[in-house]
This record gives sequence, structure tokens and C-alpha cells, in this order.
Amino acid sequence: MIFKTEYFESIGLADIREKVARGERLTAEEGLRLFECPEPLAVGALANFSRSRMHGQRAYYVVNRHVNYTNVCVNACTFCAYQREEEEQSGAFRLTTEDVLQKLASSPAVPREVHIVGGCHPKLPLSYFEEMLSAIRAEYPETVLKCFTAVEIGHFAQLEGIDSGEVLKRLQRAGLDMLPGGGAEIFAPRVREQVCPRKLTGDQWLDVHRKAHALGMKTNCTMLFGHIETREERLDHLIRLRELQDEHHGFVCFIPLPFLTENSALRIDHPLTGLEKLRTIAVSRLMLDNVPHIKAYWVMLGVKEAQAALKFGADDFDGTVVEEKIGHEAGASTSQGMTREGIREMIEGCGFSPVERDSYFNSVEEQC
Amino acid sequence: MLNRIFEKVIAGERIGFDEADLLYCEADFHELGTLAHAVRMRKHPEKAVTYVVDRNINYSNVCTCGCKFCAFYKAPDAEGGYVLDFDELDRKIEETLALGGTQILMQGGHHPDLPLSWYEDMLRHIKANHAVHVHAFSPPEIVYFSELNDMTPREVIRRLHEAGLDSIPGGGAEILVDSVRSEIAPRKCPAGEWLGVMEDAHHLGLKTTATMMFGHVETARQRLEHLFAVRELQDRTGGFTAFIPWTFQPDHTALSHCRKLTSIEYLRMLAVSRIVLDNVDNVQVSWVTMGPDISQLALFFGGNDFGSTMIEENVVKAAGVSFRLSRDEIHRLVRDAGFEPRQRSMDYTVLEDR
Repeated sequence: MIFKTEYFESIGLADIREKVARGERLTAEEGLRLFECPEPLAVGALANFSRSRMHGQRAYYVVNRHVNYTNVCVNACTFCAYQREEEEQSGAFRLTTEDVLQKLASSPAVPREVHIVGGCHPKLPLSYFEEMLSAIRAEYPETVLKCFTAVEIGHFAQLEGIDSGEVLKRLQRAGLDMLPGGGAEIFAPRVREQVCPRKLTGDQWLDVHRKAHALGMKTNCTMLFGHIETREERLDHLIRLRELQDEHHGFVCFIPLPFLTENSALRIDHPLTGLEKLRTIAVSRLMLDNVPHIKAYWVMLGVKEAQAALKFGADDFDGTVVEEKIGHEAGASTSQGMTREGIREMIEGCGFSPVERDSYFNSVEEQC
Repeated sequence: MLNRIFEKVIAGERIGFDEADLLYCEADFHELGTLAHAVRMRKHPEKAVTYVVDRNINYSNVCTCGCKFCAFYKAPDAEGGYVLDFDELDRKIEETLALGGTQILMQGGHHPDLPLSWYEDMLRHIKANHAVHVHAFSPPEIVYFSELNDMTPREVIRRLHEAGLDSIPGGGAEILVDSVRSEIAPRKCPAGEWLGVMEDAHHLGLKTTATMMFGHVETARQRLEHLFAVRELQDRTGGFTAFIPWTFQPDHTALSHCRKLTSIEYLRMLAVSRIVLDNVDNVQVSWVTMGPDISQLALFFGGNDFGSTMIEENVVKAAGVSFRLSRDEIHRLVRDAGFEPRQRSMDYTVLEDR
């Protein structure tokens, strides 16, 4: 065997390997050494070790449905290919509650989870969202409603002139179960000023999730990487997520999102390569020792890279999705959806056992 | 047991079939890749990744073979069949040379109406008009020409070589096991004839490559049988410059029900190929089927060559997969992986100052 102490000594990672084996927390400096290690498979093996300790040979997926209710957004983030400034602009759209229900009814299977996100629409009142949630809840009593990023929650609060905690309470009463992890981007103010100056700050994003966790809501978290941020800023982002997680353990899953360059106003000199995506996923697994799951989001990674990601720390293949707009407007070349059978075969082909899950990662295998 | 195999490989010893089987089926993914990478670094310690600038020219898509895995061919009486004329060929070669290309990879189908003299004329025409390396005609084409013209494959190779053929691509190998071939490509030459053409070519002084298309109806053991057949011939001739495994792309083919292999399965096979084929210098990664992300990762699973820039590619594209990579993009992927990109010729001589 190759991955013995001497091997990790020869590449200068023996101490980190020891810490990982003992389950000890890694520092930012150690994270950086993992990023800089010229042997990607050694880092992948460490991440795989952590992943296997937590999840064995299991790899999860969910039968879900994405709905994007609008692309009208006041934020105009430079990396976004999806946003339209106002409803009158060409390509702009906004769904009614009836439209949303119709889309859900057309899903090939009753979704176990509905993932609804949109933009920061300048006019839609909170009651619009409350009505939408209540209507879906009435129709789909068992489905988990995972809706609205922290960015949208912050925007609703501002528009209504109330606290974001109050927004969360009202939406929870209307049927909201979980928050998706979007809008986190990179927390560092230097980066946000350049790529999403109008969006809520990193602290505000974390604060919305803290409030959701305090209400007993589970949430996910993300990181959009591969634009103008440094590896140090990625590590800072991961550590801030890790610190919040220590408070309430409300994060279920971390989703590393590679930045796709097409159709985006943000021009970058060094677009991500496949190796850097895998390194980032592996380092995320190793740094986020208190976040149970890491997603290989195939829509953004591409199917083949997402398969490889399962060996670099990820344990979740996301879902069947059906109709995704945000990543595809940015140039994602993946198809819009995958079948349950397709996902299961693929997971098995990667050497893992597929486990169909709910939004909280409880196995629903016996119900299939 | 697995440990002992690792030790053997690290010590530079050859492994046998059962050992390869155990590695392929049992070894940990990252360990297997790292072992293959160690073999690759021993063979190529210079930390470089090579590639060739060339173009796949398909002189015809007319083919009597009707292989089940193919989405490119047209039967002789079907609509959409073509044969390139020499003007079109000239234009394609000139474009290739203008882009810094050094060779053309030319393959077609089994065209029932073209005599050997047509191919000889084409080669003479190319050589008279362009300074370009001609890497052309896979073994099944050579065998087909020999049957059509009633001569031995050796005689066909000799005549084509005389007319200007420089080397032979390793296509049409699929899986070099006859029970597999009779299922997916019943009218294509059997494994022994494929190997025979390569042996003849090597004896006549032509270098060739060898490929493997896996992930259709074959078993894991049959993939290994393929590797061992290549290794055995290479022991006798030393004429293979590179081994190029890729996964079958099922869309739009008669085998579209086959499950698409995952990148993990591709990388395992690549690594085992690098380890088993201790007598073949180079192993190519397949960005055409795997895309830029996985082909870059494959540089740590035994691959030391990025293949070709493929200014033109038609066959895989017909099966619904179309990745494009420019020379700059190949350079960026290679450098980001920690290697220096080096343009090469067909025989893996590095070309300077390109």
C-alpha cells in the first residue's frame, strides 16, 4: 500500500494526516497546505477517509424539484447570468402560485423536496410568498419545502420593514421547512464588494441562518468559488461556516459551487480547472468537520466531475432536479434532470451504495 | 496479497493476469491512481505532458461493417454517405498546418467501391503537396482492403507505406476478445487479425498505437485480456508508441441501452493499463470522451499524454459527446496540474519552440 506514514511524510502532510485520523480540527494554515499539496490524490484520500468515517460507502440522492419563481432581481451581481433588472425586460419572468403548482404537478414523481429560489424582486410582498407556501403545503403535505436563500429572506425583511427573524417565523407558519444555502458566495468583504456589492453582507447571511437555526429550522450552506477570491478567502469562508455550525448544528449540507464563466459579466483570468474544484471539495470536507454532508452538485460540476467528487469528500449527488435555470443560464452543459434509476446506477458505478434520502438526509430507502 | 502486488509494481516488476485482476477489482481508488502515477513518473521523470496538434479526417463515412456501437457510419446505399475529394482534403490539411499541426489522423469506413489504388493515390497526393505526417487506416480497414483486393494485409501495408503512409492508428481494437467482437462488431476483423496487422506493420518499420473501447458488453476480465494481448505483442515487436483507452459512448448507437461508465471506472481502467503495460511508453488520457476536468485528473492516474488537439473530430461527436479544447486550454490544464505541456510528433519526439 502507498498511503502509509512515510508517504505522507514525503509530501509534508504527516501531521495533518495524524490530525485527520484522530478527528481533530484543522486550522486555516493546514487547509492552505492541503490546497498547495502537489499530489491531489493524497488530499483526496484524506478527504475520502473523513467522508468514509462519516458515511461509509453510502452516497445519497433526493427526488426533488427545483422551481425558480422569478429572475427579476435588484442585486445585479456581476457573476450572475440569470438576473433581469425588471419585469419588462426581455427574458424576465415571474410565476404565479398557480404556475408553481402546475410545474409541481407536472413532475415525473411526487417530489420529496421542493427547492424554490428566485431573485430579490423589487415589488413582491411577503404575503405573495406566504400564499405560495400555504398553497403548496395544502397540496403536498409530505413534501419538504426548502425555499428562499438568506439573501431573499434579508430582502423580504427590508421590503416589509421588519426583522429577518420575523420573516422566517411568518414563512415557517406558512409551511417553510428549510432554507437552501444559496447566496453565501464568499464571505470576505473585499470579494463581495466586487462581485455582489448590493447583496447582503457575509455577516448578515450568517445572521439569517443563525436565526433560522434558533427557530429549529435546518438549513444548507454554499460557497461560490473560482472567481476573484483567493484560497485563503475560501478557507475563511469555510471557517466562518464551521464557527456558526458550532452554535446550533443547524447546517445539514454544504454545497461547493464552482463558478461558471459563460454569460456572466464577471471576467476572470484563471477559470477553475477540474483539479482545483476537486481540491476545494476535499479541503471543504476536511475543514467542515461539524457539517455532516457535502454535496457533489452535478448540475454545476458536470456529471463526470461530480462522480469523481464522491471520491474527494462529497457524499451526496443531489437530486433528480427537473428544470434548473440559474446554472444553465451561466453555461452549465448538463441536462435538466436525471432519473432516479440513472442516479442509482451511476452511484453504483462509482463504487458506492445509493441511498435515497429526504431533505434531512434520513434514508427513505424502505419506502421506495 | 494486494500489498505484495503494490510492492512488485513499485519495484518495477511485471505483474500477471490474476494480480492485475485483483488490483483492478480490489485496490483503493486513490492508492491505485497513485501507484499508476508512480509508474508513469518512473517512465517520464521530466514532469512534462505531451500532446500532438492534429486533425481527425474521416475520408469517408460509408461502411459495410454496421458495428452496433457506431453512430457515425452510413451503409453504402444509405443517404448521407460521402467520400472526401482531394481538394477538400487539401483544404483540411492546409488548415491543420496553419494551426501548427504536424499530422493528420485519417480513418474512414469499409467502403466497398474504393480500390487500393484510390488510397495509394490519396497518399501520394498528400505527400506530394504537404509536409505532414500521415497516421492512417486502422487495422480493420487494412484487413478489409486486403480482402477487397485479394492480397495479404502485409502486402496492403507495404503498398500504402510506399505510397506515403507513416504510421497506423490503433483504432478498431474495441475489445480484443472474439466473443465480444462477434456481439458488437460481427463483421469487423477478429482480434487475431487486428494484432496481426499491427505485428506486420511493426515488422515493416511502422509505429502504431493501440486503443481500447470499453464499457459495453465486455466483462472486467475481458478488458484485462485486451491489455495482456497488447503487452504480449509489444514484447515481440516494441512497435506500439502509446496505449489509449476510452469509454464507449452509447448515445445514438444500437447499444444505447448500455449504462455509461462513470469517470471513476474510467480512471481505474486507465491506472491498471499504465501498470500492466510496462512495455508501452505512453498512455493517453481521453479528453474527447471524458472532458477537460477528468482528463486533467487522469494525469494522476497514469496518463502522460493529452492526445491530440483534434481540430476536427466526428465519430465521438456523432455519439452525442462534443468537448472542444484549444491548444491554450490544454496548456492551462497541464500547467495547473503541475506539468509542462510539450508538443510532440506521432513518435513522441518533443518539438521545440512551438
